[in-house]
Amino acid sequence: MKRRACLAAASSLWAAWAGAAAATDPFEGDPYQSLPWADMRREYLGAAVAEFDLRVVVQGPAFAEDPMNVPISVRADPSLGRVEQIVVLVDRNPIRRVLVYQPMQALPALSFRFKLEQASPVRAAVQTADGRWHVGGTWVDSAGGGCTVSGASRKDGSWTQTLGDVSGKLFSAAPWGDGTSARLRLRVMHPMDTGLVNGVPAFYVNRLSVRNAADQELARLQVFEPVSENPVFSFDFAQPPAGGMRIVGTDNNGNRIGSRVE
Amino acid sequence: MSAAGGAATNHSGWRHWLLAVMPMLLMATSALAQTAPRADMARFDYRLAARQLAPGVYVVEGDNADFSLANGCNIINTGFIVTGAGVVVINTGPSKRYGEQLRLLIARTTTEPVVQVIHLNLHPDYFLGNQAFADVPRYATAATRAGIAREAAAYETNLFRLCGDWMLGTETLGPDRDLDVAAGRWRVGQREFVLRELRGHTASDLVLVDRASGVAFVGGLAFSRRIPTTPHADVSAWLASLGSLDAMPLRTVVPSHGPVFDDGSGLAQTQRYLRWLDGHFRAAAEGGLEMNELLRAPVPAEFAAWAAFQTEYLRNVAHLYPRYERQALKAGQTLR
Repeated sequence: MKRRACLAAASSLWAAWAGAAAATDPFEGDPYQSLPWADMRREYLGAAVAEFDLRVVVQGPAFAEDPMNVPISVRADPSLGRVEQIVVLVDRNPIRRVLVYQPMQALPALSFRFKLEQASPVRAAVQTADGRWHVGGTWVDSAGGGCTVSGASRKDGSWTQTLGDVSGKLFSAAPWGDGTSARLRLRVMHPMDTGLVNGVPAFYVNRLSVRNAADQELARLQVFEPVSENPVFSFDFAQPPAGGMRIVGTDNNGNRIGSRVE
Repeated sequence: MSAAGGAATNHSGWRHWLLAVMPMLLMATSALAQTAPRADMARFDYRLAARQLAPGVYVVEGDNADFSLANGCNIINTGFIVTGAGVVVINTGPSKRYGEQLRLLIARTTTEPVVQVIHLNLHPDYFLGNQAFADVPRYATAATRAGIAREAAAYETNLFRLCGDWMLGTETLGPDRDLDVAAGRWRVGQREFVLRELRGHTASDLVLVDRASGVAFVGGLAFSRRIPTTPHADVSAWLASLGSLDAMPLRTVVPSHGPVFDDGSGLAQTQRYLRWLDGHFRAAAEGGLEMNELLRAPVPAEFAAWAAFQTEYLRNVAHLYPRYERQALKAGQTLR
């Protein structure tokens, strides 16, 4: 609780500073002072209030050893209350929107890997029930080239053998802390072509839905081109869903994904 | 210095003092060497030095660090051996400049000409100095030659990015003939070398032992006080190879990265690290950890203190953890 109070105090200071600075600051208080930020905010977050908030924690590696698989973890602090959606944006990617996550019955936390074109801030904008956006971020350095080269399964053609296959596991007895008691990890086989490689049109998983055994939707994910080939996602839950999970989804060519995972 | 000198009242006393202090000085210099690059960036001078490990057998030591502008990307131990019928060069360093400076160093050290170059694996600092050895036959295993042909362009780009003008004029000139490792023996002049092709660090890890001196060049199979690099690693094959090295009667061992050793320590360190990594990554994957959590999980103090930990461990996780993750996930049952 004490830690949360500190976090809340720090973030309100942050917000106050950001607010005061906004009047004269073309970066709108962006700690990374990134030129595209103001336009990105308008395009993807709309007219609602958006503030930088330390309670949205985005973790990544200091540098992208593999620019085609940059691991990112997003977690919204419980003090933010109910989270409607989380939008992940990457300033310096040719395609900036990576995914939109609606946690629904799950915790406001998600891990995944994505393709990074060059060194950039990686942002998570968390929309709370009052409509406001709370924005956190991290900086990932990179040698570049993640979005404009084909993945391994596209190069060797092996994607056709495994398209849409899902593997996964529901983990309990979690060592990862903070109110999480179960985690679903998933891997969906898909080439996830960005459309930025010569002669290879965009071909990517665009919707995934996590459902319980009774087919009730627990979490919903909109996925875009920058998510990595054969993406791996982690979804966290406060209560372990009983009786296994169903994963259903589509790609932008209309292929269906449907699998049961325990 | 004058106060210390004053304490030494005569010549033998001075020598006595020096003998007592020398090991401390050496320790201080070697500790310093891990942080202060030996290269002179203003003059693009790697300041290469040949250290004799046995008569006619030399190591040219690089910094025990990660690639950086300050060290000119010289983090490799290369070597050369005088055979009586010319010099055999083992690996040629990260750049054209390095190759040229290595060749000058060899010419300052021995009157014999360079007659052979040998590459122990496909990684960039094993061959990017080759332009200085264009007139000499350059040997590697077939797998290493294929690997260099495949990766060279990416290596050049990456090292130019990391080390800038140190790399000026560097272009890949690959090994130009296959080394016959099946025989296990290679004779040049008065030297007989034992050759073993192992794997695990890469798909082909060559080990060269000079029979007369017992000095072994083990390439990337051993990392001495340095986090191993893993872009082409197969951990279980690597551990098996370290087992077969253990069974060989090696004396002085030159790893490609980190200090030369003669007590087996570098082999044992690499073994300890890989065993820990294998168990740690497997347990993490079976516990459902994702990559950022693994990156931030505690690492034993011994390993965290090794050279290049900050960057190389992150790379280890990026290269190897996905394989453990895949093993921990089960195939879903397809819904129709």
